[in-house]
Order: sequence, then structure tokens, then C-alpha cells
Amino acid sequence: MSKLVAAAKKEGTLNVIALPADWANYGTIIKDFAAKYGIKVNSIAPDDSSAQEVTQIQQKNGTSLAADVLDVGGSVATANTSLFAPYEVATWSSIPAGLKESTGLYVGDYGGYMSVGYNSAKFGTITSLSQLLGSKFKSAVALNGNPTEANAALNGVMMANLAEGGSPSSIADGVAFFHKLKTAGNYVPVQATPATIKAGTTPVVFNWDYLNTAAVVGQPASTWKIYIPDNATLGGFYFQAINKNAPHPAAARLWEEFLFSQASVGGQNLWLQGGARPSEQAAMTSNGSINKTAAAALPPVMGTPIFLTQAQATAAATYLAANWAKAVS
Amino acid sequence: MTAAATTETGARPPRAGRRSAPTWVGTVPFLAYTGVFLLLPTGIVIWNAFRRPTGGFTFSNISALNTSAVRTLFVGSLELCVISALIGAVLGAILAYAVASGRQDGVVRRLYLAGSGVLAQFGGVTLAFAFLATIGPTSGILFHASWFYDFPWGIALIYIYFQIPLMVLVFLPAIDGLKVQWREAAENLGGSTWHYWRYIGGPLLTPAFLGATLLLFANALSAYATIVAWEDQIAYVVPQQIGVALISEVGLVNFNQADALAFGMIVMVVIVMSGYFLLQRRAARWQR
Amino acid sequence: MAAVNEIPALGVPAEPQAPQGVRGLRASQRRRLNAFRYVAFTIFGLFFLLPLFAMIRFSLEGSKPGTWSVAAWKQIASYQGPPPLLPAIEITLELAVITSLVMLVLVVPTMIWVKLRVQWFSRVLEFLCLLPLTIPAIVLVVGLAPIYNRIERYNVSALMLFWAYVILALPYAYRALTAGLTAMDATTLSEAARSLGARWFTVMFRVIAPNMWQAILNALMLTVALVLGEFTIAYPLTYVNLQVELFSISRNTVNAGVLFSASAATLLVAFALLLILSYVGRRLRRGRP
Repeated sequence: MSKLVAAAKKEGTLNVIALPADWANYGTIIKDFAAKYGIKVNSIAPDDSSAQEVTQIQQKNGTSLAADVLDVGGSVATANTSLFAPYEVATWSSIPAGLKESTGLYVGDYGGYMSVGYNSAKFGTITSLSQLLGSKFKSAVALNGNPTEANAALNGVMMANLAEGGSPSSIADGVAFFHKLKTAGNYVPVQATPATIKAGTTPVVFNWDYLNTAAVVGQPASTWKIYIPDNATLGGFYFQAINKNAPHPAAARLWEEFLFSQASVGGQNLWLQGGARPSEQAAMTSNGSINKTAAAALPPVMGTPIFLTQAQATAAATYLAANWAKAVS
Repeated sequence: MTAAATTETGARPPRAGRRSAPTWVGTVPFLAYTGVFLLLPTGIVIWNAFRRPTGGFTFSNISALNTSAVRTLFVGSLELCVISALIGAVLGAILAYAVASGRQDGVVRRLYLAGSGVLAQFGGVTLAFAFLATIGPTSGILFHASWFYDFPWGIALIYIYFQIPLMVLVFLPAIDGLKVQWREAAENLGGSTWHYWRYIGGPLLTPAFLGATLLLFANALSAYATIVAWEDQIAYVVPQQIGVALISEVGLVNFNQADALAFGMIVMVVIVMSGYFLLQRRAARWQR
Repeated sequence: MAAVNEIPALGVPAEPQAPQGVRGLRASQRRRLNAFRYVAFTIFGLFFLLPLFAMIRFSLEGSKPGTWSVAAWKQIASYQGPPPLLPAIEITLELAVITSLVMLVLVVPTMIWVKLRVQWFSRVLEFLCLLPLTIPAIVLVVGLAPIYNRIERYNVSALMLFWAYVILALPYAYRALTAGLTAMDATTLSEAARSLGARWFTVMFRVIAPNMWQAILNALMLTVALVLGEFTIAYPLTYVNLQVELFSISRNTVNAGVLFSASAATLLVAFALLLILSYVGRRLRRGRP
């Protein structure tokens, strides 16, 4: 480990990509890493999608601007393993088997559950998704992006799908739900961002729970609430990967060690503070290294969590590609 | 200009023993530049539209476009572009006439020309957010105008915001080209305003007007940043779908589809711009 | 052209006409025209200014509705990102300058040369200059990606965007420059200069080009406006310029006030710049005897 630290410090720089400052507390994570090791962190294109991250490392391949590490969704990770370098972090054994590729090509780092964030002062308390079809919610409900493009949006539709009684293998009921929303006049096609929430354009948002916290959204905690349906507890994880041709390979590996460290100021606890559930949460709860206050502050999860398999995600994407635009436009 | 008119072309006699380069050499820098940065990328896109991901020539990318979802996209693009081009052209022409009929050096003309130059490029995020601020529920103005999110009329209004300035920029020279003498002549022969426009001004301006409208159409067709910033949960138009095919993170990345869609757009615009060139030929006759 | 009081061919005196003023109109027509102009300017002015005012108002709002603060404007300088806003503004301004210079150096001599010596090429020139309007930027950038991959082996700075921006500016610059070039009788001027012994270089740069000052300034203005507003090429190539930065801010910042203030500032600066340039053009023109 100390050799890794020395090599990384010699490289002196780390290129990360698609890490917005308020996404699962990445702002603090980047700052703490830079302060701890004295390595400069270049945060490229914070708004990029997972696919754009892959495009970037392919386009900038061979230059010093290529991203060293990636944080991508499941589909993109499995589709691009040829671009990654295998690496097993020190805490490898604490990561559940279902969340890592066997040789370390990609590793689940944090995740959350799909939720509905809303302004409770305006709408009262939401206890079921079918309430969203009511007349109170005219022009109020929005997703975080285009479901054929963004992971978060696809999972939003899938959550509606499960809440309507559908199964993870077919997203048709979810699309039908949004069609009903559209017909009722409750659906807003504007991508929800903190700015649109502040402007009142998108007061009800389908998004990952760690992105729907009052702090991230910029609304007072007294009025902004999160709802995770009992019958549709849809979870999703993101995955870390190292660029095979990373311009700063040692710094990249040191970054992963930092992210997966179970120290009280390590990456896993920092993500927890950002409202996300770190992949080593189970192991850390048993060995006591978890930040108990932050863990208690997570939104309660009542139902049985469901995680989409790769095949189910692909089937959902294919169905959406053919039917989404028709249903909601 | 008579004293020196004895020289045929004014060319210097070449020095003995030295042949000067052919004149077309002067166009080489320009050709090289546009060749590399304009023609080559276009060629790459068209080439890739007909390639399989694994290599080899194929028509399947193009034929794969024949789904109802993609047809809806092209129809959507067409609707949005026609609406914003027509309305932008008519309104822009009116504004251009108002500007042109003032003093050439006047403040109003300068203000509107400077404004048009800026607003014609004003798109994307900033425009979307300007309208968000205008119609959002907390702005107090145009409260809750949720029809703005309807396709195509809502976003068409936003497109018109930069189409009108572009029309002013493009059409103003044509109006300036209407010589004062023609109006005077019409007056002298007893014609009224209506006669002037019906028989002189109208026919003269029509080719330029139609040409400018086609230009607006091409401009709307390629607009991407604005509609992405405004309502991005659904791909209404072809550029959005190209974006999806390039950056989708749910597994729908398809570079060949992106190239095929791009090829479809090129075909659409080639048709439109050919019409533009033909009309420009006719309009140029009067701008000697 | 004096008003005609007689129609010579017929030898018949024309009916006495009211004196004709601007654009050959009678006073009553002029009044109607002015009324139309005032109405048009008011309506269009409102249409264009309304969203801009809303944007400026939003940028001046404090954290509680009903309060005002200039925090968003101060944030333009202090916004740290990532990535920080000021460097993006710097890069965009530098790009505007570089693009304008390259565009002028590339296009003006070519246009003059073609007009004077290679007339058959003018069709090709016009076609190439208007082609960028035809090829949507989103399409162009797909094809530019491999080219920029090569460029990045030599220089990774975002300033390399100028190669593509010159292409984007071609249609606007070409129109502006053509207007200037055709307004003067370039052939006669060049013949006169040549017969006085000038070499081609002198003809182009000391005779023709100075007569196109207004058009050159116009082309510069349009190029600068284009670079300040450009997004579609920079974003997929993962460069950070002003618009890409604003897009990023719009997606990620809790308090998006800086988004509105930065946009408003860009517009105001561009507008002021264009206005100033249009007055400079007039002065230069007036300077000629």
C-alpha cells in the first residue's frame, strides 16, 4: 500500500469523470482524497453519462486527458470490460459477490433505491404512486432524464412498473402508468434539476434516493420528502472501473483503495453521508466501522429490494426504445 | 479611368524566365481547410452510415430506420422545423422591413442589428432557462403556461425566438436592395402602396424570402442544444435521437444508428438547400 | 434622382405630385409607415426582452422569494465548479479571438482573390461556405471526433476547437463579406491599381480590403457571437467552454442563480460588443474622402 501511495504521489494527478459535486457526496470525496495524498484531481465533465465516460476514454486514448477511473452504470460496465484493467482492492472480501466482476474488472461502489421526491407542503404526504394520477398533481411529475438514455430515468419507469404490479422482466406496465400520467396532464417532460425544482416546474421527481435528499435538491428539509414504495423497492448500484490505458495508473488504484476503505473518513462512509448505500454496508455494519448516524439517516426501506439483472435491464431498454416516445408525447 | 486603360488587363508582364503559378493556387489554403474540417467529417459520417459495426458495407443501418418510432422522429423534426421556419420567416420579414425602412445610420437599426446578431446565436441552455424563468410558476409572469411543453407548438415558440433574428440578418440585405427609384417610379405612374407591393416589391422579394425561409428550416433542423435543455425526457426530433444513440447509458448506444440518422438528416437538408440555391440564383438577378 | 414633373415621351405634364421624402413616399404614407414601425418595434421588443428580463430578475433573486441580492453575479467570478466558471469564460473569449483571426486570414484573401482572378471558383466557394449550415452540427461533430482524436495527440487544449469553429462561422462571415465585396466595383478598382503598377498583394490588402471594412467588422461580430453561444461541437468532444459549463451548472447546482447571471452577462457583453463594432465601422467609413 505504501508503495502504491508513493507511486501515486509521484504521478501527482488523477483524472476523474462524470462526478458531480453533489452526487452522493463526491464533492467532499474528491476534496478529501486530494488533501490526504496531495494529488491534484481533475474533475472532467461532471454531467456526462456513463456511456460518455467510455467514449471519453476511447477518444482521448493515448493523451494525458483520458479519465483514469470510471463510475458507470451496470449496462455500460458489462458491455465495456475490454477497456478496463482488473484490480482487487484491499477490502475485496467485504464486497458482496453479486456486486463485483470476478477478476475485478468492475466493482459495485454505492447504490440507492428509486424514490419519489416531492414538496410535502404543496402535496401532503404521498403514500402510494397511484396518488400521482390525481388532479392535485397537474404538470408536476418529472423523471430525471430520458429513459432510453439515462439509468436513473429507466429505473424510475421500472419502479412505477413494479408498483403497478408488473414484473421486472417487462416494463410495459410502467410505460402504461406514465401514459396515464400524461393523459391526466400530470406529466412534465422537463428534466428535473435543482433549478427546475426551485422554479417550481418539477415539484415531484423520480430519482435515486441519494439524489432526492433535501440537501442535494436545495429545498428545505421540512418540506421536501422522499417516498420509497413498499411494493416497488427498486435498487441500483454503480460500478467503479479502472481505465486499462490510464495516464496515471497508480493514482487510479489509490483512488479505488480510498473509495473502498472502511475508515471513518474513507470513501464508503463518505458515500453514506451523501445518502447513498455503500457496497460494503453489510460488512461494515457487522464490524462496526460504519458511521451509525449517517446510516440511521437513510430513508427507511420497507419492502424487499429488487435489483434488475442485466437481461431485464436490456429488455426494458429495448421496450422503451420502441414505445416510450409514443406513450408520453 | 481612361489614361491607363491602354493596358489590357493591367497584368504585369512576367519576368523573363520565371513562370508564375496558376491562379487557382490561391484557393488551395481554403480548399485544404474546408476539405479537412468540413468535407472529411461529413464523408466519415456518410461512410459509417453504410458500414456494419464489424466492418463491411451494408444497407441495414438505413433500412433499420424504417420503424414507426424513427418515422415519428422525422415527422416531428419536419413539423417543428416547418412551423418555426414559416412563422419565424413571416415575423422576421415584417421586423426586417420595419428596420430597413428607417435611417441607415439610425440608432434603432443598429440596436436591432446588434440584437439580431446576438440572439440568432442565443440557444441551448441559456435560452431554455430564460423561458423557464419567464413561464415557471414562481416567476409570476405567464403563470403555469404548461402548454409550452407541448410538442411542437411550445418548443416552436422558443425556436422562433432565434429564428426571427436570423431572418432579420438574412433578409435585410434583400429589402435594402429594393431601390428607392422603383418606389418613386411606381408612385409617378400613379400606383398605390398595394400596387407597388403586388407588382414590384413582392415579386422581387419572393425568391429571397423563400430562400431565407429554407435557411431557417435548415437552422431549426440542426438545433440540438435548445430542445435538449428544454425537455429531454422524450426524443421528439432526430437530433435528440442521435444524441441518445451516442450517449445512452442503458445499453442503447448505437453508433451506426447515429450515423444512419445523421445521413437521413443530410438528405433532408440537401433537398432543402438545393431549393435555396435555386432561389438565390433568381434573387441575385436583381441585386447586381 | 429628382422628381419627374413631365413624362418626356408623351410630352404631357404629369399631375403635380406632393414632394417625396425618404424612400420615395408621400408624407401620409410616411406617417402610416412610421406608425407601423413603432407598433412593430414595440411588439417585437417586448417579445425579445421579456425572457431576458425574466432571466435577469431570476438572477437577482435572493434565497428567499421576495428578497434581492447580487450574489449570483458575484458568483460568476467565484464559482468553483467543478469545473470553475472563470477559466471557461477565458477559454471562450480566447477562442472567439482566435477563430475570428483565422477566419479573416483564411476567408478574406480567398474571397478577394477569387473575385478578381478565379471567377469560375466563386460558385464552389459559395457552396462550401454555405455547406456548414446544411450539415447539422450534431452530425458534423460525429465525424469530427476521430479528427480531434488526432489533434489531441499534439495539443489537448480546448483552444483547438477553433478549427471547427471557423467552419461553423463560414456561412455568416461569407454572407457579410460578400455584401461588402459586391457593393464596390472590385474589378475596376483592381484594374486601376494594377495599371498604376501595384502588385497583387497591394491590390488585395491596400485597395480592396480597406474598402470592405464594414463588411469585415460585420463578419467579425457574427463570428464572435457564434463562438460565445456554441455548445453542440464542444460538448460531445468533452471540451469545456462557456456553454458547456453553463449546461453543467444547470444540471448540478443547487442554487442555479449563477446560471442566469452568467447567461445574462454573456448576452449583455456580446450585445455591447456588436453595438460598439457597428459604430466603429461607421467612423472608419466616414474617414474616407
